[in-house]
Amino acid sequence: MQFLNKTLAIVWKDVLAELRTKEMFSSMFVFALLLVVIFSFSFDLRVEKVAEVAPGVLWVTFAFAGTLQLNRALSAEIEEGRLDGLLLAPMERSTIYFGKMLGNLLFISATEAVMLPIFSVVFNLNLIRPAFLLTVFLGTVGFAAVGTLLATMAANTRAREVMLPVLLFPIILPVVISAVKLTAGILDGLPWASLAHWLRLLIGFDIIFLAVSYMAFDYLVQG
Amino acid sequence: MNRDSRWGDWLNAVSGVMMIVALYLVFLYAPREATMGDVQRIFYFHVPSAWVGFFAFFVTFLAGIAYLRGGKRRWDVVGFSSAEIGVAFTAMAVITGSFWAKPTWNAWWPWQQEPRLMLVTILLLIYFAYFMLRAFLQDEEQKARFAAVYGIVAFASVPLTFLSIRWWQRLHPVVFDRGGTGLTRPMLLTFLFCLLTFTMLYFTLLLHRVRLARLVDEVEGLKKRLYSGERG
Amino acid sequence: MIQIEGLVKAFGHTYALRGIDLEVAEGEFLTIVGPNGAGKTTLLRILATLLKPTSGLVRMNGRVLSPGDTEIRRQMGFVSHQPLIYSDLTVEENLHFYGRIYDVHRLEERVDVLLDLVGLEGRRHSLAGTLSRGLQQRLSVARSIIHEPSIMLLDEPYTGLDQQATRMLRGLLGAVSPQSHAVVMTTHNLAHGLELCDKLVILSRGRIVYQAERGSLTLAELQEAYWLYAEGEGGLGAG
Repeated sequence: MQFLNKTLAIVWKDVLAELRTKEMFSSMFVFALLLVVIFSFSFDLRVEKVAEVAPGVLWVTFAFAGTLQLNRALSAEIEEGRLDGLLLAPMERSTIYFGKMLGNLLFISATEAVMLPIFSVVFNLNLIRPAFLLTVFLGTVGFAAVGTLLATMAANTRAREVMLPVLLFPIILPVVISAVKLTAGILDGLPWASLAHWLRLLIGFDIIFLAVSYMAFDYLVQG
Repeated sequence: MNRDSRWGDWLNAVSGVMMIVALYLVFLYAPREATMGDVQRIFYFHVPSAWVGFFAFFVTFLAGIAYLRGGKRRWDVVGFSSAEIGVAFTAMAVITGSFWAKPTWNAWWPWQQEPRLMLVTILLLIYFAYFMLRAFLQDEEQKARFAAVYGIVAFASVPLTFLSIRWWQRLHPVVFDRGGTGLTRPMLLTFLFCLLTFTMLYFTLLLHRVRLARLVDEVEGLKKRLYSGERG
Repeated sequence: MIQIEGLVKAFGHTYALRGIDLEVAEGEFLTIVGPNGAGKTTLLRILATLLKPTSGLVRMNGRVLSPGDTEIRRQMGFVSHQPLIYSDLTVEENLHFYGRIYDVHRLEERVDVLLDLVGLEGRRHSLAGTLSRGLQQRLSVARSIIHEPSIMLLDEPYTGLDQQATRMLRGLLGAVSPQSHAVVMTTHNLAHGLELCDKLVILSRGRIVYQAERGSLTLAELQEAYWLYAEGEGGLGAG
């Protein structure tokens, strides 16, 4: 109960600050929008049906925009030693991990929620379907799970903005591949049976990396 | 230190002799492959290189766990030494693979069609990131801790990456077939011996690399002592 | 109250602390002075469980400090030269947040009391980022005592403050410290260090080189001792 309360306290303070400044949401949103525009122009010349590359564009956009959020959320905590304030509190260090992870999940999901209707219009596809929303959610969980851990690392290095994608992208490849495959399958109307293994892979990744990150986070913040 | 160098001498000798025997087996003992011809002989070095690369990353993973549990610096040294060797051997596997792929598949690097090539590419990227992370951190202790965590997370992702790449390619048309694994007995013997030789070579290199790192460390310590001695 | 035995901290080959033995009795205010790089912050961070010692142990209220012990942190309040507050939250929201993660009961009342104590009642709804350094540091003091700790750890609390803010903070710390049972403060400013303390040690290159009771110690005597033992390594901050 205490654990939950404190985790939510961490999420809540980030939400409060974001509601006030709207910095993160607006920068993620504008960045995602720009990516979509650039992608649609760059594919337009060679690809006959832009809709065919939509799943890839969608997930690359989410991954890039999500990286912005991860970098910001963790470096804000590490700047001016604020993390010390959290580490001094009588709580397990994993509380901090889950607090930041849930916050990242929330902010990235909010951006995705706004982007989906835009995608639907730009690519002339219906993306607001339950199966697809589930895929987006599971993919984002996996991304936020490892991302929060690796962003904590990156925020401690000298070149944090560069470091995070370099560390993160090779690791989350399974998430990107399975999410793209699921998205494409759902759009093509393939039966669930032929997509189930991708869904299992995605869920497996989420579980494994939530567990690994939960166990490893402690070692990142201890001195 | 003394015990180390004795081990080193012994391992040097053993892997040296094994290497010469392996060369003999590969070029003189093993028969010419019927369809691919002599180029197939690369396979005896290619597969063991890939195996050692993979094994080395596994050792980095184990060393990471050991470091986090005990905080002993020597495990960090083992971890990054093994990762270095792993990158070298993986790169070797890539190069030998290209030599083989060109005449066999008519492409140097058909990585989109071959899951193993794709995996190797990802592995190299991951461990480049591992060394970049180390380079961008200053505090030795923090470097060791972060690298250990990344080594663990990275290795944990490898099976999932491999699975996803394999499934991903299953939907593509099969362009290249690996060909039957119809190895004759002498071929199999040569292959297994090469595998053993490369594994031995790995341990030899690891021992030397760890020793080198320890010497560097000792010099650093002496420099520090000298410096603070001059001031006090 | 706090016993430190043979504390050593090494970062690679560099030793920040080379064997510290120290005791802080109940009700005592200990000041640690020393030049930059003497190990003051390292020592305090070990006491605050933010760093693990290489060897040696710390006992607090009879409990040996261990990294997994989250309960001991309830008994500690920590003020550093960084205020550890969120600039996009208001003064009140900052205190609410810290109150929640410290399981403070009857938080509203506690926040009222604290705002009154540190004199931020009027700025309750201001964003913490808009406060001056001095006011931020006062908010930081309120944050650090929200859970009524029995041990206060102050790491260079005056750094970056102007004279007026320093005077105010000093008064505040003087008012706060009798409520806690032990205070440990680090500073490189001898005058500040001497003012509030019961006991004072000089730390230099990871060792305690001088130790004195406040008693009759004058600033001049302390300055002399500092010159003698810390060998004028850092600047002499008497101002």
